[in-house]
Amino acid sequence: MLATRAIADQLAHKDAVKGRSLWADARTRFFRNKAAVGGLIVLLLVGLFALIGPFIAPWDYEEIDWSVLGRVAEAGRPSLETGHWFGTDPLGRDLFARTVQGTQISLMVGIVGAFIAVIVGTFYGAVAGYFGGRVDNVMMRIVDVLMSIPYMFVLILLLVVFGRSMLMLFIGIGLVSWLDMARIARGQTLTLRNKEFVEAAVATGVGPFTIILRHIVPNLLGVVIVYATLLVPSMIIYESFISFLGLGVQEPLTSWGALISEGSGEMVNGTLWMLLVPLFFFVVTLFGFFFVGDGLRDALDPKDR
Amino acid sequence: MSNILMQVENLSVTFGIPRRGGWPWTPPDQLQAVSNASVTLKEGETLGLVGESGSGKSTLARAIVGTVPVSGGRVLWKGKDMVGLSAAETRAHGRHVQMVFQDPLAALNPRMTVGQVVAEPLVTHFPDLSKSEVRDKVGAMMERVGLLPALVNRYPHEFSGGQCQRIGIARALITEPELVVCDEPVSALDVSVQAQVVNLLQDLQRDMGLSLLFIAHDLSVVRHISNRIAVMYLGRIVETAEAGELIANPRHPYTKALIASVPIPSPKAERARHRPVLEGELPSPLAPPSGCVFRTRCPIAQPDCAEVRPELLEVADGHMVACPHHDDAANADQQPAESVN
Repeated sequence: MLATRAIADQLAHKDAVKGRSLWADARTRFFRNKAAVGGLIVLLLVGLFALIGPFIAPWDYEEIDWSVLGRVAEAGRPSLETGHWFGTDPLGRDLFARTVQGTQISLMVGIVGAFIAVIVGTFYGAVAGYFGGRVDNVMMRIVDVLMSIPYMFVLILLLVVFGRSMLMLFIGIGLVSWLDMARIARGQTLTLRNKEFVEAAVATGVGPFTIILRHIVPNLLGVVIVYATLLVPSMIIYESFISFLGLGVQEPLTSWGALISEGSGEMVNGTLWMLLVPLFFFVVTLFGFFFVGDGLRDALDPKDR
Repeated sequence: MSNILMQVENLSVTFGIPRRGGWPWTPPDQLQAVSNASVTLKEGETLGLVGESGSGKSTLARAIVGTVPVSGGRVLWKGKDMVGLSAAETRAHGRHVQMVFQDPLAALNPRMTVGQVVAEPLVTHFPDLSKSEVRDKVGAMMERVGLLPALVNRYPHEFSGGQCQRIGIARALITEPELVVCDEPVSALDVSVQAQVVNLLQDLQRDMGLSLLFIAHDLSVVRHISNRIAVMYLGRIVETAEAGELIANPRHPYTKALIASVPIPSPKAERARHRPVLEGELPSPLAPPSGCVFRTRCPIAQPDCAEVRPELLEVADGHMVACPHHDDAANADQQPAESVN
């Protein structure tokens, strides 16, 4: 793919007319969609918050403010004077720093999960769909078997047996996230395989893996990208649920799910900010992803509207 | 126009159709799309292949190109059997045999620029070429098919159907193949563009010494471009002859009906014409009639047609017919298109 692309770049004479690719068309359509652009801006702001938050936070996320400890409901309120902009958690740790840290973890979990799904799922599905027949049967039955296992149970077992760690969390999420993607990619490949341009490549004598990379995967990407943007929030929810159960990331690290869990436990003490702050980021990010995913779907497949 | 380029001998293509509602281990129904077809193609010659929809024209073409598995018979390329070659050898052979498709836009990858599309066979078969050589060749080929080389960075959806077909032709010709299989290359185009594309193909064939296998269901186009014509019906070749001979003097009753169905571009003559119309539909290829497959619709069918499968026999110089009763047919009340009442 790269070779041909590079050649095509070379082909660009000085007077060569630049074409409008389908991607460029989709980009224009996407940026005309206000909700999607709004979602994208929100996501960028949340990303920015996670990236530069640690540098502007006056407190560290694991540092305990001893002056607050024991009277969190009064002294731990969100205030500009104490430097606890979002208040503190029940242990007197700065909630701003902890939210920044939780945002990093949650976004990372979501993006890594979606990334694994995109890479593994797309190729797995494309290979199964392209070769078809027995290869397809075996590969897709493996997916069926993996899907029939209650993954939450497996993940909890993994975390209990091998200990709670980020790596285990990623492995657990990676194990399940690509299954749906593989099915989607396979279904799309089955229709693409019968297109004449694929047949033309076969007749020309292009090898099967080159065909998958050059002709199948680029035409799958539209669907895959849309699904991936919707997969990120579901991975975040997934991780949040695990953390809510107390099995996810380990103290002093935290994530949105862990923060929400903690905050909901403290509601009776009148420290609502502990729940509302992480919840706000959680909800806003999910909405952002949903709007962007929706916008991408409309932009990449205008016929479906 | 002398050496035999390709010889197809008793070629059969069978597809397994999974039986509806059957178990996974239920043996599939066998659909014989092409049955014992034999054609010969000489160097520099154009062979037209005609027949109605579902007659197996495209399947025969795909079997020759190698994108459909062959279940019986041989495809001799300059005397060498192409059936049963390894996958890599078949791919390498793709350099010599290229294909032009029916739907011009669907045959081009929408995510690739035209330059990438045209360069693909070149890059596949000549990986050692430098980028500038590829660029020059692509530009020259674009010019040759009547497209501006400056359009290389455009995408297929920015072109019209006729232009897309030119791109498809450029892609087919860039490796300088010896045979180009054209699967109804003009039936998706409108008439004025059809003529341009057909003439382009003819010019390129003359300049490059190509052989063409030209599939169409439009007899007038086929007559215009072909040296010889083969007529297919339900996976069998029923008649082959020189183009002029076949049109002027068809022997097989099916060919006669086919020629009689070509409209005359004059309403008066069209209304006055005596036109024998074929009754019925193409029988299901899953359960073809016994003996001669055409007997269910044939105006001159005899009782013995159900018993023996007619062989393709030479009745005149280079004129082969698969109908033992074609002489009776000459006496029957059937007239070719040219003789208007």
